[in-house]
Amino acid sequence: MGSLLRMNRLLSSIVDSCNCIIDPQLPADDLLMKYQYISDFFIALAYFSIPVELIYFVKKSAVFPYRWVLVQFGAFIVLCGATHLINLWTFNMHTRNVAIVMTTAKVLTALVSCITALMLVHIIPDLLSVKTRELFLKKKAAQLDREMGIIRTQEETGRHVRMLTHEIRSTLDRHTILKTTLVELGRTLALEECALWMPTRTGVELQLSYTLRHQNPVGLTVPIQLPVINQVFSTNRAVQISPNSPVAKLRPTGKYMPGEVVAVRVPLLHLSNFQINDWPELSTKRYALMVLMLPSDSARQWHVHELELVEVVADQVAVALSHAAILEESMRARDLLMEQNVALDLARREAEMAVRARNDFLAVMNHEMRTPMHAIIALSSLLQETDLTPEQRLMVETILKSSNLLATLINDVLDLSRLEDGSLQLDIVTFNLHALFGEVLNLIKPVASVKKLFVTLSLSADLPEYVIGDEQRLMQILLNIVGNAVKFSKEGSVSISAFAAKSDSLRDPRAPEFFAVASENHFYLRVQVKDTGIGINPQDIPNLFSKFTQSQALASTNSGGTGLGLAICKRFVNLMEGHIWIESEGLGKGSTAIFIIKLGIPGRSNESKLPFVAKLPANHMQMTFQGLKVLVMDDNGVSRMVTKGLLAHLGCDVTTVGSRDECLRVVTQEHKVVFMDVSMPGIDCYEVAVLIHERFGKRHGRPLIVALTGNTDRVTKENCMRVGMDGVILKPVSVDKMRSVLSELLEHGVVLES
Amino acid sequence: MESVNQLQRKLADYTSSLYNENFLDEQFIQLQQLADESNPDFVVEVVSLFFEDSDRLLNELTKALNQPNVDFKKVDAHVHQLKGSSSSIGALRVQKICIAFRNYCEQQIVEGCLKCLQQVKNEYTLVKNKLETLFKLEKQLVDAGGSLPVV
Repeated sequence: MGSLLRMNRLLSSIVDSCNCIIDPQLPADDLLMKYQYISDFFIALAYFSIPVELIYFVKKSAVFPYRWVLVQFGAFIVLCGATHLINLWTFNMHTRNVAIVMTTAKVLTALVSCITALMLVHIIPDLLSVKTRELFLKKKAAQLDREMGIIRTQEETGRHVRMLTHEIRSTLDRHTILKTTLVELGRTLALEECALWMPTRTGVELQLSYTLRHQNPVGLTVPIQLPVINQVFSTNRAVQISPNSPVAKLRPTGKYMPGEVVAVRVPLLHLSNFQINDWPELSTKRYALMVLMLPSDSARQWHVHELELVEVVADQVAVALSHAAILEESMRARDLLMEQNVALDLARREAEMAVRARNDFLAVMNHEMRTPMHAIIALSSLLQETDLTPEQRLMVETILKSSNLLATLINDVLDLSRLEDGSLQLDIVTFNLHALFGEVLNLIKPVASVKKLFVTLSLSADLPEYVIGDEQRLMQILLNIVGNAVKFSKEGSVSISAFAAKSDSLRDPRAPEFFAVASENHFYLRVQVKDTGIGINPQDIPNLFSKFTQSQALASTNSGGTGLGLAICKRFVNLMEGHIWIESEGLGKGSTAIFIIKLGIPGRSNESKLPFVAKLPANHMQMTFQGLKVLVMDDNGVSRMVTKGLLAHLGCDVTTVGSRDECLRVVTQEHKVVFMDVSMPGIDCYEVAVLIHERFGKRHGRPLIVALTGNTDRVTKENCMRVGMDGVILKPVSVDKMRSVLSELLEHGVVLES
Repeated sequence: MESVNQLQRKLADYTSSLYNENFLDEQFIQLQQLADESNPDFVVEVVSLFFEDSDRLLNELTKALNQPNVDFKKVDAHVHQLKGSSSSIGALRVQKICIAFRNYCEQQIVEGCLKCLQQVKNEYTLVKNKLETLFKLEKQLVDAGGSLPVV
């Protein structure tokens, strides 16, 4: 239109210039012209302001990738505007310059607009795609936001679980655990109500045990076989249940709508579930039920993460409960053990006290009772020696017999206590076994003949004549056994048989642990005492060898005795490494007592420590002392003289010294024995002994050293033994004692003094 | 002049009384057993030695206990000697007092020691007299032609 107008104007100007004479006949054209004028002006204005606005806003925005395009576009618009502006001057006649400017402007505009048009072909699609990308990014951002939201919720949940677990596990008390669970769950999930149903002891019902907010009637139960409960128990997930199910009816029925309810099972583990090296099995199928209710007025739904939270919590509760159970068990066991400990300690102390009391009592009894007993026995025997009328004699004999019996009883009791202490030691001597049996027979014959019993003794041919053992105690055992046989037989016979036991007869089926092995130096003596007496009830046989027990049958007869005899026999037999037992076929069928003991065989062993107590005539020993050189060291003149006299009386050649130095000066190899008084205060006689040992060596030919002391204590004896003295004798020494000491010394090189 | 029998009887009674009153115990019998042909006066010799020793010891004891600072160790040593001697010849009562004497020495009680010393002196004098009488009786018997009883 512009061009048309220009054409028009050009034409009109040409017309005007050609015919200036033409009349200005277009006043209406002026108005049009004016409008065109104004329009052009405004167009130019718009054209100029658009780029300005563009530039302004682009400058404002931070990112605009198409600056070059903007410049182009701006140039295009500016030029268009310029053109329109310049048009304002071309309405009328205009100079050639204006025409030139106009032309330049138009040319430029044409150029720029063409280029711009070309460029836009490339740019517009790009611009459009930016928009698409923007949309895409927005969508992505929205998605990320959503995911962020989920993660945050999960983390929240995790935090809640940790906190809950911590709370639950921070206590080992069952009730606290359960209560805390409900409270924390209620808090975390903002629950309306939370309840726990525990199985009853019978296992057929669930009882409402804990609730969070409302006090429910005690003892509210539901049967365990409800379908909804089975459904919940069959899976370890939290299950949404209907609010109308019996387990969810925890509130007094009201008008409101209950919220969503979820239930989950809580396994109850027992100690017995925990096998060693195995994981706990859930096969016991004991579960509790936890019911959670959302607030009714919130229209909330159970979300997945909340359900997960509930499941995790239920598991944690199970673990915590099992820990609590284990702890309870172990505490209970520990308490029990402590109690038992205390009781045992008390019992032990009581037993010790009892033993001590008994020992004290026995010690006192020993001394206090023996003293008068000895007086009675001694004086009675003395009395017997005097002139008495027959009645008096009878009385004295009775006194003597009774007091002997009493003394035996006291000895028995003392023996037993010493046996039990383990302080009894056998006195091992060499003795005549055949003679021993003969003596026993002689002792028992009078009593037996009074009762008209036959007593027979048979000793097998393979029994050695002389044996090594405790003569006294063997006699005691025999007397006791044979005495019992006689005592409990009213008629018939008592037969004693003894033989050396072969290995098969050593085995007693009743005592499989008794092993007897005969060896070169020892043999086992087996003695059998058979009687035809009242026999023994088989039930009583095990108790025979217990202290103080007597069967009814025995107690009725006036059998006398302490009931200790067999117990003591058993102890002695055990000390002799043997075995004793009694067989009986029943009451009235008699009984047989059998014992086996270990005895030594003399002559085969090379033990020189055993003193040989034989009744050799006295002068046999005296001859060996003639001219025996001995040395006596004593600082007390009187006792020195006495000891010298003693030894001289026995035929020794005695030298006496009064001090340690003198002793060391005088002693020579020729002195066979040195008698040393070790009760000299201030002088270390033990040193003298050591020095003598050093001087003369330890073996044959050196002087034997014997200590004389008035002290009976063990310390002195131990000290003497320690320095290697060959004997210790108690002062005052009688002639006989000195004689036996010297003979022992010369025969065995050592004196054993008990 | 008493007959041998009478003298024997007198000696026996006297000897029994000594034993019964615990002046002597069986150790004295042992001593008498030691007297034989080679040593006939053994008992007299030992007893004389005992008298000498005891006199000396009692003097020492008196001196030691009258010191302002009593040396209990020395006193104890003396008493020990006295105890040994008296037990060697069988002077039972003297020996018994020595035991008590030693206890006081251990506990260092001066009054106790002095008391015991006095007792010991008394007993010693008694037993000395008794033994001397015994020996006189024995000598009388031997002079009268009798023989001493064999123990």
